[in-house]
Amino acid sequence: MSEEHVLEVEKLKKHFPLKKGFLSSFTREEITVKAVDGVSFVVKKGEILGLAGESGSGKTTTGRLLLRLVEPTEGSVFFNGMDFSRFSDSEANFLRGKTEPNGIDITKLNDSEMKPLRRDMQIIFQDPFESLDPRMTIKEIIAEPLRVQKVAKNEDELEERVKAIMRDVEVVPPEEFMHRYPHELSGGQRQRVAVARAFVLDPKFVVADEPVSMLDVSIRAEILNLMVDLVKKRGASVVFITHDLAVTKHVCDRVIIMYLGKMMEMASSTNLIDLPLHPYTKALIAAVPVPDPSYRRTEVISGEIPSPVNPPPGCRFNTRCPYAHDRCIREEPPLVEVEKDHFVACHLYS
Amino acid sequence: MAPVLEVQNLTTHYETLRGWVRAVDDVSFSVEKGEALGIAGESGSGKSTVALSLLRILPRGGRIRKGRILFEGTDLASLSNEEMRKIRWKGISIVFQGAMNAFNPVFKVGDQIIEAIQIHEPKTDKKAALDRARNLLELVGVEPDRVDNYPHEFSGGMRQRALIAMALAANPKLLIADEPGTALDVIVQAQTLKLMRELKDRLGLSMVMISHDLSIIAETCEKVAIMYAGRIVEYGDAEGIFKEPLHPYTQGLVKAFPSIKGERIRLTSIPGSPPDLLDPPSGCRFNPRCPFVMDVCHKVVPPLAPPGKGTHLVACHLYGEGRK
Repeated sequence: MSEEHVLEVEKLKKHFPLKKGFLSSFTREEITVKAVDGVSFVVKKGEILGLAGESGSGKTTTGRLLLRLVEPTEGSVFFNGMDFSRFSDSEANFLRGKTEPNGIDITKLNDSEMKPLRRDMQIIFQDPFESLDPRMTIKEIIAEPLRVQKVAKNEDELEERVKAIMRDVEVVPPEEFMHRYPHELSGGQRQRVAVARAFVLDPKFVVADEPVSMLDVSIRAEILNLMVDLVKKRGASVVFITHDLAVTKHVCDRVIIMYLGKMMEMASSTNLIDLPLHPYTKALIAAVPVPDPSYRRTEVISGEIPSPVNPPPGCRFNTRCPYAHDRCIREEPPLVEVEKDHFVACHLYS
Repeated sequence: MAPVLEVQNLTTHYETLRGWVRAVDDVSFSVEKGEALGIAGESGSGKSTVALSLLRILPRGGRIRKGRILFEGTDLASLSNEEMRKIRWKGISIVFQGAMNAFNPVFKVGDQIIEAIQIHEPKTDKKAALDRARNLLELVGVEPDRVDNYPHEFSGGMRQRALIAMALAANPKLLIADEPGTALDVIVQAQTLKLMRELKDRLGLSMVMISHDLSIIAETCEKVAIMYAGRIVEYGDAEGIFKEPLHPYTQGLVKAFPSIKGERIRLTSIPGSPPDLLDPPSGCRFNPRCPFVMDVCHKVVPPLAPPGKGTHLVACHLYGEGRK
């Protein structure tokens, strides 16, 4: 693995088994939801990588797989962002022993072996009304990762670190907010606390799962800018999961478009939005509402995302694609680099 | 021609243990026949309370304390409950947000539409109602034979369509859509908005579209009311408001919407958060967040008036000069 990659994902799959019905119990066939079905990509150091798609595209499951919050069915996630100086000698020796040329394959570690790595791998959840424990004060919420990882030497240091990160996320003055409970905070302030909790350990890699979709429009930008600034300031890398393509253009460095568990297209955010190649990406972009009354939308594609239990054969988009031909039904298009750093999985380009 | 709906000084508050929540204060607007009005605002702006007030289906504690709601000349605010029942669905109907949960899961979709038809037109027999239900589904682009399906057999987009069909069951004059398509994916949302525009043109419907998303309103409505903390701050034709927003809040809101067209920029937002409506700021309610705040903003509520330029109305002291 090159030093520039924090994460390398190889042929990652997650199939969720479905409960069998009475009739299907007679057959041997296993019925699964193919939430993520073979994705490979890297996350570069210091970048914000967008993961976009409709609901059911597998973007959230991918995000959870990257942190091993769900167990993968197949594939590997190599993590290479850890800072050995922060580990105890025994932890560092153990992790060095596990390190392959690509980094540590976190899919092969058990829970207790994962624990030290969680210092460097964090997540921000979508809903700040659900993700903060209502019975803990803001200080306790932000301090919890520090306590679990035993990184603060004493209570004073712990409090200092909590205050410092609260200043960074502008929940100020910290002395005043530290002793409040989540219900005393607005939605925007709560999400700032969630951001603070994710960044208090100075992680090298953070998954942000739709971090602003529950918030009002007028405060979304603040939270996004805050996140971008924290990432740049602390040199972290972020996988930013979103359904909002307009936001990816302004926030992400690169973007991956997913559809039914597969990657359809991957490019720099400006290339992807301004010069999309895949018919699905084009359809998604064409469907985004534009705040201009004189703008007249072109055609909208019909149909909806099919069930991931029985995805269409060949290219998964063939049932809705205006350009679908025989080959698209028979053969799955590979993800190929058609221009520098612009990857697309479509027979039109191969 | 008289407008289909004319709302004058509507004031709706919610009674709570801590006092009155002033959700909607002194709101006036009108909707002409065949016109779509978009009411845009953030959560807590009062936009949904306006919708619920029009149909008088406010939750417990909610009360219309002042104002008139003239629907084809009749003041809905003064009708008895029995008279109001006759207006709902036949005169004004509503498509609620959350298409996924709006149907009863244990009845067929067709039967639910038939029920709506027969309640409001008791003379219609079952056969005629079924035919109507099939026609309605066809109208919104769902295969008519799907009347025999249960809601779980419909996809999200189809449920949204069926919900619109159901709202049209009694041929209403005015359709209220509360956050249409927000819970849906962007492609399905675009399909839904396209359908609503087509229906409006084909049936000559008047519409009130409630949304937090300015882009959705820009695409579907001719007229826009921007609400903030229970009041309309800017009102007029969509073209004018989007091309030249005058109120500092509208300006901030327009900038806060990242556009997929145009250059990559750093997003901007409006600092602060909306006020507590139990005790809203005196004067202009936007004054704590306004970058141009002046002394007068703390004391006097700015009237919604022509600003001296542009084609629409704005409630802001910045445009006090040149007003009559």
